[in-house]
Amino acid sequence: MSKNSEYLIERENKQYEVIIGLEVHAQVTSESKLFSQSSTKFGAEPNTQVSLVDAAFPGMLPVINEFCIEQAIKTGIGLKAKINKKSVFDRKNYFYADLPQGYQISQYKYPIVGEGKVILDMPNGQKEIGIERLHLEQDAGKSIHDIDPNNTLVDLNRSGVALMEIVSKPDLRSPDEVNVYIKKLRSIMRYLGTCDGNMQEGSLRADVNVSVRLKGETEFGTRCEIKNVNSIKFMQMAIISEANRQIDLLEEGKEIDQETRLFDTKRNETRSMRSKEDAHDYRYFPDPDLLPLEISQELIEKIKSDIPELPDEKKKRFIDKFNLSPYEATILVSDIETSNFFEEVIKNSDVKLATNWITGELFAVLNEKNLEISQSPVSAKNLSKLINLIKDGTISGKIAKTVFEQMIDGDQDPLLIVKEKGLKQESDPKAIEELINKVIENNSDKVAEYKSGKDKLFGFFVGQAMKESKGKGNPQLINKILKEKLNG
Amino acid sequence: MSDITNQSLFELTSNIKEKKLSSEEITKAFINRAEKSKKLNVYVTDNFEKAIDQSKKFDSNPNLDFKLPGIPIAVKDLFCTNGVRTTAGSKILNNFVPTYESTVTQNLWGQGAILLGKLNCDEFAMGSSNETSFFGNVQNPVGENLVPGGSSGGSSAAVAANLTPVTIGTDTGGSIRQPASFTGTVGLKPTYGSCSRYGIVAFASSLDQAGPMTKNVRDCSMLLEVISSFDQKDSTSIDYKRNNYSKELSKDIKGKKIGIPKEYRVDNMPEEIEHLWKNGISYAKDCGAEIIDISLPHTNYALPTYYIVAPAEASSNLARYDGVKYGFRSPGQNLIEMYEKTRSEGFGDEVKRRIMIGTYVLSSGYYDAYYLKAQKVRQLIKKDFDDAFSKVDAILTPSTPSSAFKIGEKTNDPVSMYLNDIFTVPINLAGLPGISIPAGKDKNNYPLGLQVIGKPFDEQNILNISYALEDKINFKNDISDWWLSE
Repeated sequence: MSKNSEYLIERENKQYEVIIGLEVHAQVTSESKLFSQSSTKFGAEPNTQVSLVDAAFPGMLPVINEFCIEQAIKTGIGLKAKINKKSVFDRKNYFYADLPQGYQISQYKYPIVGEGKVILDMPNGQKEIGIERLHLEQDAGKSIHDIDPNNTLVDLNRSGVALMEIVSKPDLRSPDEVNVYIKKLRSIMRYLGTCDGNMQEGSLRADVNVSVRLKGETEFGTRCEIKNVNSIKFMQMAIISEANRQIDLLEEGKEIDQETRLFDTKRNETRSMRSKEDAHDYRYFPDPDLLPLEISQELIEKIKSDIPELPDEKKKRFIDKFNLSPYEATILVSDIETSNFFEEVIKNSDVKLATNWITGELFAVLNEKNLEISQSPVSAKNLSKLINLIKDGTISGKIAKTVFEQMIDGDQDPLLIVKEKGLKQESDPKAIEELINKVIENNSDKVAEYKSGKDKLFGFFVGQAMKESKGKGNPQLINKILKEKLNG
Repeated sequence: MSDITNQSLFELTSNIKEKKLSSEEITKAFINRAEKSKKLNVYVTDNFEKAIDQSKKFDSNPNLDFKLPGIPIAVKDLFCTNGVRTTAGSKILNNFVPTYESTVTQNLWGQGAILLGKLNCDEFAMGSSNETSFFGNVQNPVGENLVPGGSSGGSSAAVAANLTPVTIGTDTGGSIRQPASFTGTVGLKPTYGSCSRYGIVAFASSLDQAGPMTKNVRDCSMLLEVISSFDQKDSTSIDYKRNNYSKELSKDIKGKKIGIPKEYRVDNMPEEIEHLWKNGISYAKDCGAEIIDISLPHTNYALPTYYIVAPAEASSNLARYDGVKYGFRSPGQNLIEMYEKTRSEGFGDEVKRRIMIGTYVLSSGYYDAYYLKAQKVRQLIKKDFDDAFSKVDAILTPSTPSSAFKIGEKTNDPVSMYLNDIFTVPINLAGLPGISIPAGKDKNNYPLGLQVIGKPFDEQNILNISYALEDKINFKNDISDWWLSE
């Protein structure tokens, strides 16, 4: 990365670098939980998706949901990571009201997925972020403190839902990189169908590790972990606030305590949750109810053969095959729905126009209406029709914008709009010649000026001719005939 | 025909099949005797009324193809039984009524058996004398104020006192075999993975196994046949072909190689145990078996290893009893106080002791020195047996280092209590099958047992050896019914 794009925090001629590592908790897309057959559907009535296993009744035993294992392997392959043929489920012991077993089943020493990487497309080039590991674990339930004045209520619907904890190396250096990293991770998992990445529903959240050091320093500073941040915006705010807090401490000659902190979104500051001395002793040990997880090479190969084209490969293909710019390709592949939409549109229409229309007009509408592309008011089919109308000269790009505005209202067929409103482009050379003749007649003074060398006036004539055609004149034809007439 | 309650399972099922007895007659006979045997304190919860209804229902349309047709059976109160209170001998589950059935008990009912009630046991199966139960100690029918062994003490006493034809217990370090030995009955701990752990209140998951407790070896084979099954609800259950144990039961053990491990001659072992063992060896020879001296070099480390692994797992398994979801709760001003009060009041001393030991050995900084090392030693102990079984078909040892002791004799000395398990824990650590059969008596006329240890999944072989020895030993338990009230 070039020097001028470095994210540095300045203090009296000193420049501090911010070191960030993320532990992302991604909910595995699966009908049922990691060790029970209860549903994982979001938003159900409290305690309606709880089995005896989830509620830790006496004598209940966990049984691995193999689909979740396959999802983790798939994600590992997507992160170009090593799949560990043998991994172990451990118990992480602690007491809390929404942790029915009194322990969380997780993976400690032997995770299912080892080292991998994620490529970030930053404005000034690519950057590789290392993945330390990915492991599977159970989610806890939810404690609700604000319904009953005297009691805490517990909802166990989430208890036992499968999570993938994806731990990055401390390779991130700015809030922007965190933004791109989370989006890329989310994109990869959505391509794979292993996590829906829905941050509002808590399907993706992160613990953020932050430390600072003077620019040029090679040792890491003492880090603090900010627990359970559930939006990219809050992650970025938390990082900036925490980095500045640490720098302030260093500037005052104080030491940074290694501790776990919480981000207060209202005050935009982190506060201490527990110090290193108060850190839990989780007493990890292998869960004796579960045998070590053994994964065969056949299973890995089978999953590999089912892996769809991922964003990085798709981007390369878009550039190579469709001649898109890296920038355009990055935008189009960032979300699987977008890339699917794009490929649907270009099945029957021009790539260049499709790229421009999707990243331009369509994105603007989606942004304005706060919609996902899956909710697009204009279908891929009708958008490709519109593009074909432009391409074959039936309508001009300008008219197309008018047509598009109408298409938004109920995904109307652009052909019908053009017919109904009589917006078809005038491409008959004779008719164009007639209206140009009219423009030349009516503006003899300007013609004289043009002929005496005032070239700039050409645009004026184009405008007049377009006006005369009520906007329907074929611009290329107008240009061509005007040139012949004026220069001839 | 002899008194109904004296009959073996084999006799009772034959009598039912031959329509000489009805399920109702049998059920009522056991209930009548239980009503007069309250002094033994074997029942935590009885199911007598429902049992009589079920026996009548069975008689109205008897299915004689069942392996346990209309046979009433009481079970250890560690098995969850649908709609019948299940306490694990603890105050913390004093009011707990499961809505589900353990796989092992389901297997019993699926073959026509009827639940008589839930039998007393040490709290969470932690104990060797049934004295840690919240529901009080159990009397050994062998003699007044003697412990019946533990943790399946209610079960062993109930079988010995003819209060149930057979029963099932659980064995984590000897909890079936030691009480069987103390009461002159037969108890088998199957290979780990043979019987499903689903629905059994967990003590130490990597060691717990359910198993039959009976009056004789044939009954034992009949019951094992019913309870052993592969179960997808237990990830440690093993899918292998189970024998038709009772059908294949045979006294022909000619040419079987039986190993005698020298390390089981422990210091201060009573002479009568040594004598018992020698007798067993000579009976085995009489049956045509070949006796081979073997070595299990890591035997000395089994007990300390067990008392690290079992409490470690228990400390985690028992974390779920927190007053939040079910069972006993002692209210507090906040969550922590509620936890502290609930668990302080809900658990007894022995359970707390083991939770503390387990928590300690898993703590960071101690994990490697204790838990991890114990796991390594466990592998060595297992390897000892693997090596031995390359030379022999089975191993013969005493079941316990002593006969039943007096109630209260060892309650203040946990270590001497733990020493009771010295011959049984290695078998759990190695996941092997082991059976205890009554083999003689000490100077007080208290029963003593011999243990036959087998290769994994080789229950048939140890049943056959026991069957042959049982015949030679011809043990008679003279129990005087001293506790009966009118």
